[in-house]
Amino acid sequence: MITRLALLLALLAALPTPAFPAEPEVFAFAYLMRDEDPAYVQHRAYTGLSLRDRQRPLAGARLGVRDSRIIGRALGFRFDLREESLPAGVSARERIEALVAEDVRVFLLDLPLSEVIDLARTLANRDLVLFNIRHTDDRLRGTDCAAVLFHTLPSQAMLMDALAQFLLKKNWREILILEGQDAADKTLSTAFQAAARKFGLEVTDVRPFVLSNDPRQRDQTNLSILTGGVDYDAVFLADSVGEVGRYLPYNTQDPRPVVGSEGLTPAAWHWTWERHGAPQLNQRFDKIAGRSMTDEDWAAWAAIKVTVEAITQTKTGDIPAIRAFLRGDELTFDNYKGLAGSFRSWDNQLRQPILLHTHNAVIARAPLEGFLHQTNTLDSLGIDKPESACALP
Amino acid sequence: MHKMRWLPGLLLCAGLLSASSAVAKGTGLVFVGNEKSSTITILDENNQIVTTMDTCARPRGMHFSQDREAFYVACADDSLIAIYDVASLKLLGRIINVAEPETFDLHPNGRHLYISNEEDATATLFDVQTGEQLAEFQTGEEPEGVLITSDGRLVFVASEAANLVHVIDTESQEIIKDILVDTRPRRFALTPDEKELWVSAELAGVVDIIDVATLTIIGDVAFLPAGFRKEQVTPVDLLITKDGSRAYVALGRANHVAVVDVRARKVLDYILVGKRAWGLALTFDESKLYVANGLSDDVSIIDTASLKVITSVPVGLIPYGILIDDH
Repeated sequence: MITRLALLLALLAALPTPAFPAEPEVFAFAYLMRDEDPAYVQHRAYTGLSLRDRQRPLAGARLGVRDSRIIGRALGFRFDLREESLPAGVSARERIEALVAEDVRVFLLDLPLSEVIDLARTLANRDLVLFNIRHTDDRLRGTDCAAVLFHTLPSQAMLMDALAQFLLKKNWREILILEGQDAADKTLSTAFQAAARKFGLEVTDVRPFVLSNDPRQRDQTNLSILTGGVDYDAVFLADSVGEVGRYLPYNTQDPRPVVGSEGLTPAAWHWTWERHGAPQLNQRFDKIAGRSMTDEDWAAWAAIKVTVEAITQTKTGDIPAIRAFLRGDELTFDNYKGLAGSFRSWDNQLRQPILLHTHNAVIARAPLEGFLHQTNTLDSLGIDKPESACALP
Repeated sequence: MHKMRWLPGLLLCAGLLSASSAVAKGTGLVFVGNEKSSTITILDENNQIVTTMDTCARPRGMHFSQDREAFYVACADDSLIAIYDVASLKLLGRIINVAEPETFDLHPNGRHLYISNEEDATATLFDVQTGEQLAEFQTGEEPEGVLITSDGRLVFVASEAANLVHVIDTESQEIIKDILVDTRPRRFALTPDEKELWVSAELAGVVDIIDVATLTIIGDVAFLPAGFRKEQVTPVDLLITKDGSRAYVALGRANHVAVVDVRARKVLDYILVGKRAWGLALTFDESKLYVANGLSDDVSIIDTASLKVITSVPVGLIPYGILIDDH
């Protein structure tokens, strides 16, 4: 007893008292956004309703930094977020160069697609990390990919594959597609058709609709006519505006569920997700942002957290080491969706489960049980290595 | 202001405790807290449900008082710790304004509760006699497991989201070290000699072993029951037997409890239980192991000699913590 006590006292004496470095090293992230970005302008529908307002995912990045404070204390780093809003006329490239001169190396891009593509091309060979937290477009992971550009937001192919898995699992194999006039609607419809082909769903028809009261266009405006005279188990809706689509459920000719832009929707994140620690993340986000966490918020949060995870594991703020770790096999990123995330080596896309949700519940998480893959079940979602138009070294 | 609200409750508590101190120890009852139905299911020694009592919202961590005549229940959604009399099941008092408590441990002085406050990224110290908050410590996000050494000198707090084990020195009331561990650390167990601290890392599917003398990781034990993928193995609660020979580890989504040879750090067996096994409790004689299965809403009861499940008992929604009053 006495010896044990003596031993304990000796050990306690040997313990360091506040063992934290007095001067932590600063590791800064920069969040780049555009002043008056049209993507965040409020879209008011008839009678002042606001249907599809997008929120800047800045709060997601702020939460990521906040969530990393204590791990920073343990590592001897202080994580900092530079919030950089670019006025018209200032190029993102110029601002990035200025920030690089101030030792910033990791950038979260909340910029229009064309600017992201341009940055990926011009900065392709630099020792930086650029995170795409906003665009699901597959070409960013395909023909326009770059080694410097990482994607924490899922690709459209991943989202559509998740939905196709669900439809197949339900044995709802015949699908009617309704697509709007927007370029985004066409892209979405095309992405779903690719997923349908991949998983063996049958698209029984693709029908365009328009937002109009023109009686000569009845076949493209009347929802009963649009959904009549064809067999289908479910309707896939591609409607990025949302004005027509919101009237589609309960207005189909046959009693069939709606998926896609309305009804059951695939997403990176949802405020009702309640497994794998998600309620804690959602509540932390609500507390600092005063609203629910969106997909893009989650992607911004994930960009910070995954970088901090790389710093933690490599014990350095050195960018080549961080990049090598992000792209390696060792990364097991806790994405609060139950299956550890990692980056695909061929296109720098973050592997992650996809949530299939209605307006107030998560109905399923993809990959669904039974969808297997030879290396990682998460690769049953999205563009796999043999199909990829991107071939990063 | 708050003092006025909790003082009467705690005064009542002191009165009842002294009145019931002559009662013989050990009712043999088993208390299972149900996180989603906000109830406590009470089983007898024959695994029969005696009663189900309502409690505060989202009960999680539970602990006996030092004399084992009362027990504490941490209720996350009510931000309080309820104190119940074991014999009468009456509410003795409440410690209020405890921000979203998850789990806690009682200091050997019988007065100090060290509590993890999940939403606040803090650990707090409350006095159970006065209901007063005495200290607050900054932890990583989502602090979870709390364990105090038997000499009361060190408190370990696991931070799930920061992958850290914080070490609090109770004398200086400071965090003296943040130990980096594997992904999503959850709960602790100490070997009986208190030389090794075992901590479950939920997403890594392992238990990390920390040397208490140097506060560094010196080993780990990995789990993989037959037929499961690595990502389904999510260990949470763990216990080490009094002789230090064996550890039981609840493997969460892998629906098994692992039996580990502590000295060899080798898995001896896997026992199939219900869905998402988290909470564990051993009887005093260590002949029976109770397992709370969060997603099948039942408790598996294991005979530790044969390592077979004797029975499973349906309880409330999302059972979390288990207490056994058998000594």
